[in-house]
Amino acid sequence: MRRIRKRHALGVVALAAIAAAFAVAAATVHASAAGSNLPTKIGKGEGSLNLIEWTAYSDKSFANKFEKQTGCKIHRKDAGSSGEMFALMHANGGGGGGQYDLVSASGDASLRLIYARDVQPINIKLIPSWNQFLPIFKSPAHNTVGGVHYGVSVQWGPNTLIYNTKKVKPAPTNWNPIYSAKYKGHVTVPNNPIQIADAALYLMKKKPSLGIKDPYELTSSQLTAAVNLLKGQKPLLKRYWNYAPDEISSFKNGDVWIGAGWPYQTLLLKASKAPIKEIVPKPTTGWADTWMLASKAPHPNCAYMWMKYVTTPQVEAKQALVFGETPVNPKACPYMNKIEKGSCAGYHLNEPAAYYKTIKFWKTPIPQCGWKKSSSCMDFNSWELAWKQIQG
Amino acid sequence: MAVDAGAFEAGPRTRRARLGLSGFLWRRPWLKALSLLALPVAAFLFVYIGALAALMVSSFWTSNSFTAEIEHTWSLANYRVIFSSSQPYLHIAARTIGIAAAVTLTDAILAFPLAFFMARLAKRRTRAILFVMVLLPLWSSYLVRIYAWQTILAHDGAINWFLNKLGLPDQNIAYTNWAMWIVFSYVWLPFMILPVYAALERIPDSYLEASADLGARGVKTFRSVILPLALPGLVAGSIFTFALTLGDYITPLLVGGPSSQFIGNAVYSFVGEGNIPFAAALAAIPLAIMGVYLVIARRLGAFEAL
Repeated sequence: MRRIRKRHALGVVALAAIAAAFAVAAATVHASAAGSNLPTKIGKGEGSLNLIEWTAYSDKSFANKFEKQTGCKIHRKDAGSSGEMFALMHANGGGGGGQYDLVSASGDASLRLIYARDVQPINIKLIPSWNQFLPIFKSPAHNTVGGVHYGVSVQWGPNTLIYNTKKVKPAPTNWNPIYSAKYKGHVTVPNNPIQIADAALYLMKKKPSLGIKDPYELTSSQLTAAVNLLKGQKPLLKRYWNYAPDEISSFKNGDVWIGAGWPYQTLLLKASKAPIKEIVPKPTTGWADTWMLASKAPHPNCAYMWMKYVTTPQVEAKQALVFGETPVNPKACPYMNKIEKGSCAGYHLNEPAAYYKTIKFWKTPIPQCGWKKSSSCMDFNSWELAWKQIQG
Repeated sequence: MAVDAGAFEAGPRTRRARLGLSGFLWRRPWLKALSLLALPVAAFLFVYIGALAALMVSSFWTSNSFTAEIEHTWSLANYRVIFSSSQPYLHIAARTIGIAAAVTLTDAILAFPLAFFMARLAKRRTRAILFVMVLLPLWSSYLVRIYAWQTILAHDGAINWFLNKLGLPDQNIAYTNWAMWIVFSYVWLPFMILPVYAALERIPDSYLEASADLGARGVKTFRSVILPLALPGLVAGSIFTFALTLGDYITPLLVGGPSSQFIGNAVYSFVGEGNIPFAAALAAIPLAIMGVYLVIARRLGAFEAL
């Protein structure tokens, strides 16, 4: 009996020792601070470029030419969600772990990457096409902080309302159908905390008394109202979609009739002859993606070359039509029309400035309220926790 | 010849050395055990227990809400959140455990007759064919099989097609907890069949003959002889089906509905946000449940049937 107890104690001590060793190892890992000396010219390519990207953001149809021109061989890591992108960048000590050079972050991840110091400032002057950009994408709040650029805008798109033309009649004109019981059990929305902003946008008009000024800058009571709306929406849902192919298959096989998505899904559904249409409700939310430079990028010259290359009008046009999104460079318009007639207008690249005001672009919620001049807004963490409560 | 002679000459010296070593080890049994076990034990401690210990330790840390930086201050905050009733996590845990239990029960009911037939009634050839059929699905990717079920259960899938042929209305099984129950029961069934088969096969024929000689009918023999002897096999199988369901997150993602989150899904999304400490605390729940489960399983003799 005594012996057994002694052995037991020994085991506990050993375990504690191992635990302590791991604790110390984990504690010494810290994210390094971002460098502040900006390069003034792009040096010689390092021969390699490692990207964390949305699928097809370095599609071979335009990336092959880049590889040939610069000698930078591209290695791709496709991410399925903004959360995954952030996790990949933040892993192995952060800053891309010394492995990744660039990440094609959407607005709901970009500020988080900046504040977590996973990305570093860039010299925007090294990317000449930037001067041609639509003004709202030159220094947008989701990738530029205090005048410092942490990357270059690349493409954007609106969040659209996709519906089955055989089941949804009359055709919808705004976001109301996904909150009403008419299509109960046949609705889908993305599994993404940023979806709370869509609810807030709906409430801006529906309940002006809440005083929502910006769907990404919500006070505690405004967030609660949006959460309650989404909790009420849950019984109407068939499912939350996690990845774009999930939504496509749900629409295709008739389980889902109406839901929130992107032009990308509509494009593929239409290509497969499904009875699908989409509208861009006004107002709506939208996303805008940025190529951001990892703070521990091992191939910064190739990264700059890539940012320079993908923002040129010809490449912008190609990428837009591959993915079903809109360039930030309006000079891409004629090239889009050359590839596919009328596509420039189809993707709204020729709209007047007023059009862009109806799209509220994704940005990571932070405590500083722009409209309230105080730090009383709910941060992204609160949004994530709220989203988990809705999902439960 | 010459070589043989050489070996013979060298013999006594090597033999003496070998004897010396074996005597040395014989006098120190702990050293013999140590040299045998050093490598696997080191791997076990550092790779296996070490990872678990690191998990447990980090579950007592917290993560900065915005930068996702881990803050190394000890607190029970994560566990307090998990166990607070205003949070969804207990609900998620209850759903996970409930479905894991339902899947285990379903698989036990489905596996037993098949395993019984394979072990005691089938001829050798039939048994071999059945074995291949049970194991065949395991040769294809788990993901492919779940996607296959997605199309079977879908609105325009095989099930609704069949119901329509019978003149019955469409059923909306896709993206519900029922769909998860069906798919889980399907994917883990082989893991129940094999241990039950092993347990049933080991029952000596003489036991059944003795039971019959003593006047017991089929049902009585089944209840008093076969079932108690098969129980360790059932429990061993249930360890697999229960644990595998408990830790899964892909099936809920692909065939689950709006209220189908598992513990694994919550862990996955917290890791995605960089909140490793909270994910670690959540991961402790299935660990604790399986700990209790294994203790009970041991009492029921499951480890003798593995």
